[in-house]
Amino acid sequence: MIEMINQIYSNKGDKLKGRQLPIMYSSREHSFFSISGNLATQTPQAVGWAMASAIKRDSRIAATWVGEGSTAEGDFHSACTFATVYNAPVILNVINNQWAISSFSGFAGAERTTFAARALGYGLAGLRVDGNDPLAVYAAERWAANRARANAGPTLIEHFTYRAEGHSTSDDPSGYRSAQEREEWPLGDPVMRLKNHLIEIGEWDEDRQEALDKECVDHVKAVTKEAEKNGILGHGLHHPFKTMFEDVFEELPWHLKEQSEQAIHERETKFPEGRPNS
Amino acid sequence: MSADTKEKTVNGSGTERHLNMIEAINEALDIKLREDPDVIVMGEDVGYFGGVFRATAGLQEKHGKTRVFDTPISECGIIGVAVGMGAYGLRPVPEIQFADYIYPGLDQLISEAARLRYRSAGDYISPMTVRSPFGGGIFGGQTHSQSPEAIFTHVSGLKTVIPSTPYDAKGLLISCIEDNDPVIFFEPKRIYNGPFSGYYDKPVEPWKRFDESIVPEGHYKIPLGKARHVTQGEELTVLTYGTMVHVAEAVCREKGVEADILDLRTLVPLDIEAIEESVKKTGKCLIVHEATRTSGFGAELSALVTERCFYHLEAPVERVTGFDTPYPHSLEWAYFPGPVRIGEAIDKMMAG
Ligand SMILES: Cc1ncc(C[n+]2csc(CCOP(=O)(O)OP(=O)(O)O)c2C)c(N)n1
Repeated sequence: MIEMINQIYSNKGDKLKGRQLPIMYSSREHSFFSISGNLATQTPQAVGWAMASAIKRDSRIAATWVGEGSTAEGDFHSACTFATVYNAPVILNVINNQWAISSFSGFAGAERTTFAARALGYGLAGLRVDGNDPLAVYAAERWAANRARANAGPTLIEHFTYRAEGHSTSDDPSGYRSAQEREEWPLGDPVMRLKNHLIEIGEWDEDRQEALDKECVDHVKAVTKEAEKNGILGHGLHHPFKTMFEDVFEELPWHLKEQSEQAIHERETKFPEGRPNS
Repeated sequence: MSADTKEKTVNGSGTERHLNMIEAINEALDIKLREDPDVIVMGEDVGYFGGVFRATAGLQEKHGKTRVFDTPISECGIIGVAVGMGAYGLRPVPEIQFADYIYPGLDQLISEAARLRYRSAGDYISPMTVRSPFGGGIFGGQTHSQSPEAIFTHVSGLKTVIPSTPYDAKGLLISCIEDNDPVIFFEPKRIYNGPFSGYYDKPVEPWKRFDESIVPEGHYKIPLGKARHVTQGEELTVLTYGTMVHVAEAVCREKGVEADILDLRTLVPLDIEAIEESVKKTGKCLIVHEATRTSGFGAELSALVTERCFYHLEAPVERVTGFDTPYPHSLEWAYFPGPVRIGEAIDKMMAG
């Protein structure tokens, strides 16, 4: 958790060295591929990853997620075509939360068909699930995973859901949809639904839920405080300047060496007394 | 700030109207939509919502959904359909939400729009203007900060235009839309609301405090291929564009250097006459851009100045640029070619 929050702050504890926007994580350790800001690029990459697993005769499978709006990108079409041609062990998840910033899903073609139905045209297996029903999502995902592992083919899953909040913290949805819409969404909140279901079948109760909620909130608060000791974006305590030039290539070529020296020299000019962690 | 800008911008009635860059761009689009039924404005979130930077706010309401509309999230599709529309006879003005997202549309731009006139021997043209916010300084990370202008200046058949003031933004955009060739119009988003001196810890000064934001109502054009003299001076020529115009101007002022600062405004076609005249006068040429250095547009400028003004040069041509790394998120201000980097280059040239 602290690593995730350090990344959000782009601070000196951030394993991605302050290079990425918040929540654009990467963790090879967890088989979690680096997130790009460029939409839909991950979809053919996931297919390629799955093809690599097959080429290497491994049993690993790939799963990728893309917004419904981003299915309009050509990359998504390439992903579907490669997945079907090579029978790649991959799950292509489309999160249909019905809004792409200010554009409703109709701008990705949803007024005429579902996203799951696209699978047909490519010869992929297509599923459409209630994305706010955690058990349904689990079942669909497991079915597709087993299918991929058995080399029975790729699956496209449309998760039908709703984006209740803004697209980002700088987005105000009142500019493009009615406030009421959120209230009228019929399929509920997935956490609430799971909770109610578990209570109904006698596996859970309100007291335990309340305790769990509190535990989670307290934990996040405590870890956030801890992460803040490593700095927050724009207020010092970032990674040293020289790290800016690392990882462009495996080794620093001469021009980046020169530029790195220039950056460090500029810091000394700007802050002659020195600054922590530079 | 500069005398000749002031002269141009005072509008007959004596009441000066200040617009920020977004408002100036919005007005240019509005005027062209009104004047020319063939003008079409489209892009991701540009229609109903009016754009993530509000540049197209109110235009759909005014001109209707057939003229101003939202598109699917497909830059390849946006530019591809603009090629088709242009070939038919429309004058599309697509928006790419951030310059960093233009790459899926590159094939349509480079192989198609840029060459359509050539390969059809003028039978078909591609009169589109692709608007897109570019540049950093807003903590946008690697995918909301890039300055990819040199990719486009390297392509034969594309024009590349970059305004640095609200007055210019409106006049240049109108010229671009009326131009029959495909134009890339990069809007320096850091200065949408006010010019930027390079001191990121100082508050933004709104455009309305500056004469360059006095924008006349109605139609006017700034010709493509004409640079703007930001300041006149004998000691040093500074070639720059976009956000860096303001940073360079602030540094020269601070250092008391009498610089001839040229805001290039159009990279292709370039105002080579103004450049030659200035460098021959000062004998020193500093080039400033925010984009990465290697194969940046500064390299082209440096080559041109060396080829054409070599015997007038009293010092080597200097380039101040961004570093050759992806735009870093947390180290944005270490990356940005700010007052220290520009100041040192000036000191070096003035000592020489
Ligand atoms: C290639 C590209 N084009 C445009 C953008 C700008 N952009 C960021 S998020 C977004 C909307 C995405 O909507 P959707 O795919 O439905 O996913 P959601 O955000 O709803 O999960 C857009 C247009 C981008 N990041 N990359």
